[in-house]
Amino acid sequence: MTTTLVPRWLLVPAALGTLFVGLPIVAMALSVDWSSFGSLVTTEASTDALLLSLRTAAVSTLLCLILGIPLAVVLARATGTAATLLRSLVLVPLVIPPVVGGIALLQAFGRRGLLGSTLDVLGLQVAFSTTAVVIAQTFVAMPFLVLSLEGALRTAGTRYEDVSATLGAGPTTTFRRVTIPLALPGLISGSILAFARCLGEFGATITFAGSLQGTTRTLPLEIYLQREGDPRAAVALSLVLVAVAVLVIGLTRARRDSLAGGAP
Amino acid sequence: MTSYAVRSRTSYAVRSRTAVVAAAVVAATAALVLAGCGTSSGTPEPLGTEGGSQPTEARTLTVFAAASLQKPFEQIGRAFEGSHPGVTVKFSFGGSSGLVAQLSEGAPADVLATANEQTMAKAVADDLVKGTPTPFASNTLQIVVPADNPARISSLADLTRSGTKVVLCAPAVPCGSASAAVEKAAGVDLTPVSEEQSVTDVLGKVRSGEADAGLVYVTDVAGAGDEVTGIDFPEAASAVNTYPIATLRDAADASLADEFVEAVTGTQGLETLADAGFTAP
Repeated sequence: MTTTLVPRWLLVPAALGTLFVGLPIVAMALSVDWSSFGSLVTTEASTDALLLSLRTAAVSTLLCLILGIPLAVVLARATGTAATLLRSLVLVPLVIPPVVGGIALLQAFGRRGLLGSTLDVLGLQVAFSTTAVVIAQTFVAMPFLVLSLEGALRTAGTRYEDVSATLGAGPTTTFRRVTIPLALPGLISGSILAFARCLGEFGATITFAGSLQGTTRTLPLEIYLQREGDPRAAVALSLVLVAVAVLVIGLTRARRDSLAGGAP
Repeated sequence: MTSYAVRSRTSYAVRSRTAVVAAAVVAATAALVLAGCGTSSGTPEPLGTEGGSQPTEARTLTVFAAASLQKPFEQIGRAFEGSHPGVTVKFSFGGSSGLVAQLSEGAPADVLATANEQTMAKAVADDLVKGTPTPFASNTLQIVVPADNPARISSLADLTRSGTKVVLCAPAVPCGSASAAVEKAAGVDLTPVSEEQSVTDVLGKVRSGEADAGLVYVTDVAGAGDEVTGIDFPEAASAVNTYPIATLRDAADASLADEFVEAVTGTQGLETLADAGFTAP
């Protein structure tokens, strides 16, 4: 058990910070019309939106892992101007507004975009499809994974990898048996962040993919639409989204703690 | 397991300093939050004697209006400011239902103008409106296509051709209910590739060429310039939106709000609206 000294005056702004984040969530939970909650969140439109959100967020997180792990490894081990530029580029989706991301995606993959005619020849039409939702989510979420994995890899350093190499392991074996296990906590928390970001993605999706029940209308889009039609349903669905996010974080946290032997 | 413990201090001097720092942090945070909110409310400030012997007071009139009214209303607002020295007209443009929802939650405003009568009826039912709303303009739907019309659309029936990417407003928003009425009247069943949140989103999808066609208001096409073309269709007559305007019950200055309503419904206001593509109610 470690004891960390926290200056006492920090507690006041820390408490304010907690209130600032917690109060709106509590207020939302309090304003839910519980008598109709069940019927509001089980309409066909709501369940379609929830299932679509979970499905697309899962696929997008997988894509983030496939593309993001190699990227993070390269960034963690590379040095020099090129690496700095590459890192800035990869982090761009993190700092631009999602709607700007959506516009950029349109310019690249849209019908009249850079790759539009090429995709058209291949018989691929991205616009207004579930694929577009996945592309939008992957675009905005990948930096979260890359950032936390790169941090974990840098902290882990290269000592064990060097030892592994001197013991005769090839680069791939070292990557699989040493690099990834060492960075596993960072990889897991990066995946959670990426999944949560996918689940909450709104701006890029509505700009790039459109909004159609069962195809492109994810839970955040459904919530935004219900605000116009039935505000009570919007509040109820918002709470569902919060619950799903908390559940995912809780489950993965528990798993990570058990992986890490219970103590960080 | 990690726990954060705060070392207990007994020195009075240290404690009081801690308290001072804490108080300063709270004060600074509060000041920042308040500064972020701005001082937008209508506290009257004397403005001296401008252009005459009568002292005029700075007054602010807040108008909540449907997004489609933006261009003509900004023009009417400027004219109103010109004829009412000291008055500043501030607008909040947005989806009509969203505006009414904001008002129900206590947003301060003096005048409300919505894109259809149903949303105004909701404001009346919520007891937000003073008096009876006045209809002042109407708007009809038009088919909008990209300037080069890649799917060669010329009628509503063309929108049902397979492979045509049609974008509509979602049924929950006014332009969506108008689209549904038109479909019903024409006996066609459109299968959109996307049901957008607002009429401007539909326009955006067509403008960028992502969609082949959409249904938007005549005034949206008029405001969009050369990038899109509007196509009239006879069935549009079955879903004409009437725009009502009203002074709000909580208006800070009800007589000034009434004057703005008169400015919109007067000859000059109607002319400005007609220039933007609106027709008389």
